[in-house]
Amino acid sequence: MLRAIKTTPLHRFSSLTSISRSISTLILAEHDGGAIKSQSISAVEAAKSLDKQTSISLLLAGSGPSLQQAAAHAASCHPSISQVLVADSDKFTYPLAETWSRLVQLVQKKGEYSHIITASNSFGKNILPRAAALLDVSPITDVIAISASNQFIRPIYAGNALCTVRYSGSNPCMLSVRSTSFAVSVDSSKCNEAPISQVDLSTFDEDSVGKSRYVNHTAQDTERPDLGNAQVVITGGRALKSAENFKMIEKLAEKLGAAVGATRAAVDAGFVPNDLQVGQTGKIVAPELYMAFGVSGAIQHLAGMRDSKVIVAVNKDADAPIFQVADYGLVGDLFEVIPELLEKLPDKK
Amino acid sequence: MKIMVAIKRVVDYAVKIRVKSDKSGVETQNVKMSMNPFCEIALEEALRIKQSGLASEVVAVSMGPTQCVDTLRTGLAMGADRGIHVESTAALFPLTVAKLLKALVEVEKPGLIILGKQAIDDDCNQTGQMVAGLLRWPQGTFASKVMLDTEKQVATVEREVDGGLETLCLDLPAVITTDLRLNQPRYATLPNIMKAKSKVIKKYTPQELNVEVKSDIEVVEVTEPPKRKAGVLISSVDELIDKLRNEAHVI
Repeated sequence: MLRAIKTTPLHRFSSLTSISRSISTLILAEHDGGAIKSQSISAVEAAKSLDKQTSISLLLAGSGPSLQQAAAHAASCHPSISQVLVADSDKFTYPLAETWSRLVQLVQKKGEYSHIITASNSFGKNILPRAAALLDVSPITDVIAISASNQFIRPIYAGNALCTVRYSGSNPCMLSVRSTSFAVSVDSSKCNEAPISQVDLSTFDEDSVGKSRYVNHTAQDTERPDLGNAQVVITGGRALKSAENFKMIEKLAEKLGAAVGATRAAVDAGFVPNDLQVGQTGKIVAPELYMAFGVSGAIQHLAGMRDSKVIVAVNKDADAPIFQVADYGLVGDLFEVIPELLEKLPDKK
Repeated sequence: MKIMVAIKRVVDYAVKIRVKSDKSGVETQNVKMSMNPFCEIALEEALRIKQSGLASEVVAVSMGPTQCVDTLRTGLAMGADRGIHVESTAALFPLTVAKLLKALVEVEKPGLIILGKQAIDDDCNQTGQMVAGLLRWPQGTFASKVMLDTEKQVATVEREVDGGLETLCLDLPAVITTDLRLNQPRYATLPNIMKAKSKVIKKYTPQELNVEVKSDIEVVEVTEPPKRKAGVLISSVDELIDKLRNEAHVI
């Protein structure tokens, strides 16, 4: 009797309960030079926090030996990975959204995952929403915390508010996660090898594939640590006045083994290329130490670095908003402070 | 070729937002609203393409409450030829917006859709990719440079990706989303603002476009981000190094 009454309201939430029943996660992973990118491993951490029992499959696509190498790395890079799926085809040589989203659709049809997760970077943000549209579900961008298997926290308004959203749609629930919020805490020596299997691409239809073609990629030289994952980030703003002066920031970064960041003003003034930009429209960083020189602290910039552990600000203007978030503020001329720091800081790295 | 540009009305980027005390959202009453900055760039790009003779018409589209008409008028004053307003008082999430755009594409048959890469209110960065997926059109996201070849029916798009720039070649029709560096949007001049008043804005409802407004996500609450503990001002480099080493233990 009771059950009969209950079925009607339950019906509405049937998709919701199916999510909580069994959780299986697919990670859309990115690889480079035969290794999985650390941001993709952060996505595995995020999957782990959905549910301890979740089975995690990692999807990799590409072609040739570097893919095979990456697959081997994927199989042993995190103990929670239970399976590595590999899509090996010339179509995947470059990570195009058109091919990737079809691949996700194909793999989802077979695997019926409850969750699909990727890192919230230019790879994930390009692919995930398209794949979600093909699967007719709403994706959730830039998740910084997972409070339940269908409830997530994400920043809105450039990080000036936090929004808790509940996903009540059908499987899969698709997320892009902010890597700096899901730190990888893995002892890789204890890793067991996850099985690697090939994705059957015989039913991969061409559809929109081939309508976009990769032309080229201009990379910025990256001798220093990657901005997104560096322990220390040194950022310069407009006050540096010239690209020449910006070299002081680079020197200081070298000394600390740090990555170099910049504000939009510094990028627009042509001091540095735009992939160094930290902020709402650039990179989001959360290093152990963030040092800002000549940065005023516009909200768009703060959105990109407010989660840093320790923030140091050096600025001539004592009223600059950056001092409101800085743990240590030094009011002074950066053209005096930086040389002094260079002299007094011990060498590192 | 016709270009369709999607524009969104959002809280002005310079406004310091306030979270409502009942945690239901962000205060938008009596707050300055403007066109989303990325949408301005999208519209500017469409207008430049038209000025170079590669497009015949620029249609601006906005979705949401009645006030979106103001945003559309701004777009018309910048130079868009016509406006389309899909009126809905319900909260529209990117998936619904993408479906509405797809329905409008079937009516208008544009050769190119340009959107901003993200709206500065929900920071989603989804709509462009989703509409491209629904239409099975190729996508060029985070564009910092767009070159059209209407003879070969291709668009070459330079994209801002992590670690550099990537160039893609897309068959038209295609969807492009704009990054900040693509261009510097123009200001509407007073004569153009006057002229914009006589331009046509066509109204649709989601029902007329056969799109059901529903959502598979709901906002549970909106809160203020945790405040950082107040910092200290220090007076010398020596003190800074000492604090970083012995107090914060980061160097």
